[in-house]
Amino acid sequence: MSEKPQGATVAPERQPVADPMIKGDDYAEKYGFHSPDAAKNYFLKGAKGLSHEVVENISRIKEEPQWMNDFRHKSLDIFLSKPMPNWGDTKLMGELDFQDIYYYIKPVEQSAQDDWNDVPDYIKNTFDKLGIPEAEQKFLGGVSAQFESEVVYHSMKKDLSDKGVIFLDMDEALKQYPDLVKQYFSTVIPPADNKFAALNSAVWSGGSFIYVPKGVDVGASPLQAYFRINAENMGQFERTLIIADEGARVHYIEGCTAPIWSSDSLHSAVVEVVGLKDSYIRYTTIQNWANNIYNLVTKRAIAKRNATVEWVDGNLGSKLTMKFPCVYLTEEHAKAEILSIAFAGTGQHQDAGAKVIHTAKNTSSRITSKSISKDKGIASYRGMVKVYKGAENSKVSVECDALLIGSEARSDTYPTMEIHEDNVKIEHEARVSKVSEEQLFYLTSRGISEDEARLLIVNGFIEPFTKELPMEYAVELNRLIELEMTGSVG
Amino acid sequence: MSNTALLQIKDVHVEVEGKEVVKGVTLDIGKGEVHALMGKNGSGKSSLSNAIMGHPSYAITSGDVLLDGKSILEMAPDERSIAGLFLAFQYPQAVPGVTVANFLRSALLARRGDEKLMRTFRKELYAAMDALEVDHEFAGRYLNDGFSGGEKKRIEILQLSLLQPKLALLDETDSGLDIDALKTVSEGINRYSSDENGILLVTHYQRILDYVKPTKVHVMIAGKIVKSGGPEIALELEKSGYETFQSTPVTVGA
Repeated sequence: MSEKPQGATVAPERQPVADPMIKGDDYAEKYGFHSPDAAKNYFLKGAKGLSHEVVENISRIKEEPQWMNDFRHKSLDIFLSKPMPNWGDTKLMGELDFQDIYYYIKPVEQSAQDDWNDVPDYIKNTFDKLGIPEAEQKFLGGVSAQFESEVVYHSMKKDLSDKGVIFLDMDEALKQYPDLVKQYFSTVIPPADNKFAALNSAVWSGGSFIYVPKGVDVGASPLQAYFRINAENMGQFERTLIIADEGARVHYIEGCTAPIWSSDSLHSAVVEVVGLKDSYIRYTTIQNWANNIYNLVTKRAIAKRNATVEWVDGNLGSKLTMKFPCVYLTEEHAKAEILSIAFAGTGQHQDAGAKVIHTAKNTSSRITSKSISKDKGIASYRGMVKVYKGAENSKVSVECDALLIGSEARSDTYPTMEIHEDNVKIEHEARVSKVSEEQLFYLTSRGISEDEARLLIVNGFIEPFTKELPMEYAVELNRLIELEMTGSVG
Repeated sequence: MSNTALLQIKDVHVEVEGKEVVKGVTLDIGKGEVHALMGKNGSGKSSLSNAIMGHPSYAITSGDVLLDGKSILEMAPDERSIAGLFLAFQYPQAVPGVTVANFLRSALLARRGDEKLMRTFRKELYAAMDALEVDHEFAGRYLNDGFSGGEKKRIEILQLSLLQPKLALLDETDSGLDIDALKTVSEGINRYSSDENGILLVTHYQRILDYVKPTKVHVMIAGKIVKSGGPEIALELEKSGYETFQSTPVTVGA
């Protein structure tokens, strides 16, 4: 496709456009709004495009140590030398113009305030509207709110900091805990891993850093980060690193939204998770991007002896999502659980899945992937399970379910299994189903309208996912699905 | 017309995939009446009840169906349900992930239209469950998902008792039930049955009629009602089978 994204030629003050056929009016109202004051209030907004100069500027503004500066430049070279992936939706990827993106916007001079009153109103209002301060008061142990490239608000409950828990934005962590960051940073996902990991490594900004000390359990008070893109043609490249020390337990939740602009934005995060001996980490994502976002994210965890890592990954919205949360099970009795849902409507391709690598004995993994394609939406499941020789007595279970709504909806499955050990237990199931006429008739014959019946069936389909979420998020997810379901059925 | 029947089926023809399976059925069911529609598999009796409820694969090609004197043919299945029609399915559908309670809540809310009227829902649900000897645990189970045949039929009658329709079409509710389940389900039907509502009991066998007493019995063969009369017809069927009626000229019921 040679068509150039429209946004390059239009004034940045434009209002976002809502396309009710694709996302529904309600998305525009609830999430698709933008803050018109933002553009004139930004503390710093670089020029569009990517170069060593841009990378240098980001690093200098952040006053980074030399090793990080070197790391960024080296990563940019890797990015420039790597071709675009030749697999997946190469057509949509080909439409992405790396020179038409803002790589760094610093919305306020003083980042990471710990009092909402110190956050400028135009940003605070955005997060108020998204219900973040309310959730913070209700049940969260800590909150981080990123607007464009920087975390603007950050706080953690005192009892958690008293226990030695570190929860900071990544930039601040690099300043306060340089050795700890350096010890783990980029050890799980090196820049050369893939083109987009290299890009993130070159221009990363914001994201979360979490360290939970030995034996500390903060599982009951989730730590949450919210990532908001506001500007048009924005690139958001947060970098997250979570370390659970021996026997520690932590639940991290992230949410993402963006306004509906007519030109594309890019979200390309790198998330590294380290689960040391006997630790437990759950990483929950509910992303609800507008339909003009390229969401190309690399997420990977290492689980050491008897550690458990769980990815609970909900993908709604975006133009193209490519995301395959991964766990390396490197020591005995490590466990991985990857539970994901993806909803693809017209104009969307959800290319999501999971990856598990068993390199040690007695390790186990379970992948459950559910996708819904509606109208002309495309959902792909791409999975990779690898069991190394010697990883005896390992257990693998993969289950993928696709639900199609409308006659043009599409679902593809690309499961790969590389098993080099004989003494393993492997289960694999894949199903594709449609919302059946018989089910609809049964429900409507009880007085339930056809739209609501369809919604019940879809929410039922993802129930195994929803029930893993904290109650507030489960309610919100069902509401989001309702928004996605409104509008035409093909 | 002060004496309008609750349900009027007027010379109804039904097609499934282009094939006519009901070939002109006329039947009136008044308030307080229980009609048994008996026939072998493939006689068209289930097709008739599915078509009346509005199943999209069962097209009524001619004739009319009136509930309370008003034609329902232009109504969608959910509108027919709200208007007071109910079909107990021969093969109830499983809906994984949707609990029995959530489903029933949605069905009742569609009628009452107001959250406030749902305050007593749990109480109503448990009382109805107790009456049908359904364990409360079923409220949290996914609708018909992994239920035995008997459990599904009990849940159908549970819906009947909660939704309290004006007219209930019970499609082979007795099939696949052991004798204890048949008794419980029949008691449920009898509890529902009143001077204000009507029942069309579609069945293959006479067995259920020992428990649910019909006011009228109709025999359906090859898409037509070939005989109508009192309960004695069912006994006659039991004795000599459907063959006896094969050559009988058509007599229109009511």
